[in-house]
Amino acid sequence: MSAAAGSGSLAAESGATRAWRWLREHGVNIVAGLVVFYLLIPIAVIFVFSFNNPQGRYNYNWVGFSIEHWTHAFSRPELNEALLTSLKLALLATVISTIIGTVMAVALVRHQFFGRRLANFLIVIPMATPEVVMGAALLSFFLILGTPSLGFETLLIAHVMFCISFVVVVVRSRLIGFDRSLEEAARDLGAGPFTTFRLVTFPLILPGIFGAAMLAFALSIDDFVISNFNSGTTVTFPLYIYGAAQRGIPVEVYVIAMILFFTTVAAMGFTTWQQRRAEKMAAVRPEQEEAMPLPPVAATS
Amino acid sequence: MTAIRRRLIPYLLLGPGTIWLVLFFVVPLVYMFRLSLETGIVGNLEFSWHWANYSDVLSLYDTQLIRSFLYAGAATLLALLVSYPLAYTIAFKAGRWRNAMLFAVVAPFFTTYLIRTLAWESILSDASPVTHVLKAIGLAPNGHILATGSAVVAGLTYNFLPFMILPIYASLDRIDVRLIEAAKDLYASSTQSFFRVTVPLSMTGVVAGVLLTFIPAAGDYINAQFLGGADNQMIGNVIQALYLTQSNYPSAAALSFLLMALIMIAVVIYIRFAGSEALMGEEAV
Repeated sequence: MSAAAGSGSLAAESGATRAWRWLREHGVNIVAGLVVFYLLIPIAVIFVFSFNNPQGRYNYNWVGFSIEHWTHAFSRPELNEALLTSLKLALLATVISTIIGTVMAVALVRHQFFGRRLANFLIVIPMATPEVVMGAALLSFFLILGTPSLGFETLLIAHVMFCISFVVVVVRSRLIGFDRSLEEAARDLGAGPFTTFRLVTFPLILPGIFGAAMLAFALSIDDFVISNFNSGTTVTFPLYIYGAAQRGIPVEVYVIAMILFFTTVAAMGFTTWQQRRAEKMAAVRPEQEEAMPLPPVAATS
Repeated sequence: MTAIRRRLIPYLLLGPGTIWLVLFFVVPLVYMFRLSLETGIVGNLEFSWHWANYSDVLSLYDTQLIRSFLYAGAATLLALLVSYPLAYTIAFKAGRWRNAMLFAVVAPFFTTYLIRTLAWESILSDASPVTHVLKAIGLAPNGHILATGSAVVAGLTYNFLPFMILPIYASLDRIDVRLIEAAKDLYASSTQSFFRVTVPLSMTGVVAGVLLTFIPAAGDYINAQFLGGADNQMIGNVIQALYLTQSNYPSAAALSFLLMALIMIAVVIYIRFAGSEALMGEEAV
């Protein structure tokens, strides 16, 4: 009897130990899962509320299901105009900041020169400055200067300014990450520095440039604070939302936010795919070639 | 000739970006500094080394300044607590789920910042089930969460979370697993190897994440505006109102500089404690 009780408590103990071990093994995963859930809640809320059918002007509480706002997503001219302005602005800011930032990154990684530390500092410091300070400073500058008058031009100047640093950081990490012997091989085979860049360096860092461009686009289209200071009467998508928030946000805003979300997800999927391809390309190294059964990209190059 | 040209190349490449950053970042800061020492009203401002602007705004808005740093500090701490387990799982345990989890981390970036914050306004509103649950377990003392400091901190924590997770993940991902195995071979328990190998090696990411979260959070005013009440306004709200509503440019400029200076001081102190290598390892090539 006592033996049975003893073995019973032993079994319970080992059960508790097993539970404890399981918890130690998986506890962190459970926490991580909860955090992922937390990250995605607001996106789910936006998605759900894009199907809401509010009676008043406020889209804060759930009323009823309707797909009407999805089918009439572009029925508000002011909103469409703001969205178009934002897209145009983000596109221009992305192109300009990506070109400027990429050449800066190349200079910083591939060249030794006097003033490099200062250049690095100049690139880091805007990322360490609160947006409200940057926006206020630019506004002071434009006000004292008196020109250009606040509007699309000043927005473009501001957006390019805060995108450059991020582009440099992304492209730079890509440049540091890749094997320089590929460039040296091109030089050995008689290619000049420009040809080497065009045929070897550029294709290899292209995914990095693409990623940087996407980041710049996302930063630009999402920017509210700096734009709020420097927009004049021009209205971007975030500025429209801010203005609308005072008097009730139309459901179409939620719909368009979701459309932007899905578009970005698709674009990101494409970049990842590109990146994988480039990695495969970079993986074609002489010493590995015999071990590999001829990757498909080798045939195309 | 070619030698000179070769040496000029980096400067030519850096040229456009440097000009842009100097002209539209450095020079505006100088202009704003000048503005912060002016007196008078709009249209009739005079430069007069008026340092009293600084002491005036400091005594007028000290509550908002302190509050900004408290809220940003609380949000940064919460974000760190939440981020580390997730970053750890993605780096070491996620396996084939890794890309999906990384996607979840950046996904909030793909929805507009303002709408994300408005979504939190819905989630934390009085009628929301979340508020009911929090009320039931006694976490909402006055029966509502919206328009309280907790709501603002919750919003700040959420909105800057990816800035904390990504650097920590990057530093964890770079750790050579053999180091952890070596610790185990030398009879360290998993707790010991975690605290004496993994955590120290991930400090670069933690330092970068803390800075990337704290700095924008301290200057933020969207969360305070949408999720906070009149008693939860942060320094960003004040700067914004002074600039755009009241057109009190000198005070706004002085306050901006004060905020920037205080953030710089906080960053310097923090780096002293956390070690400068941690930061420079990330930033310098």
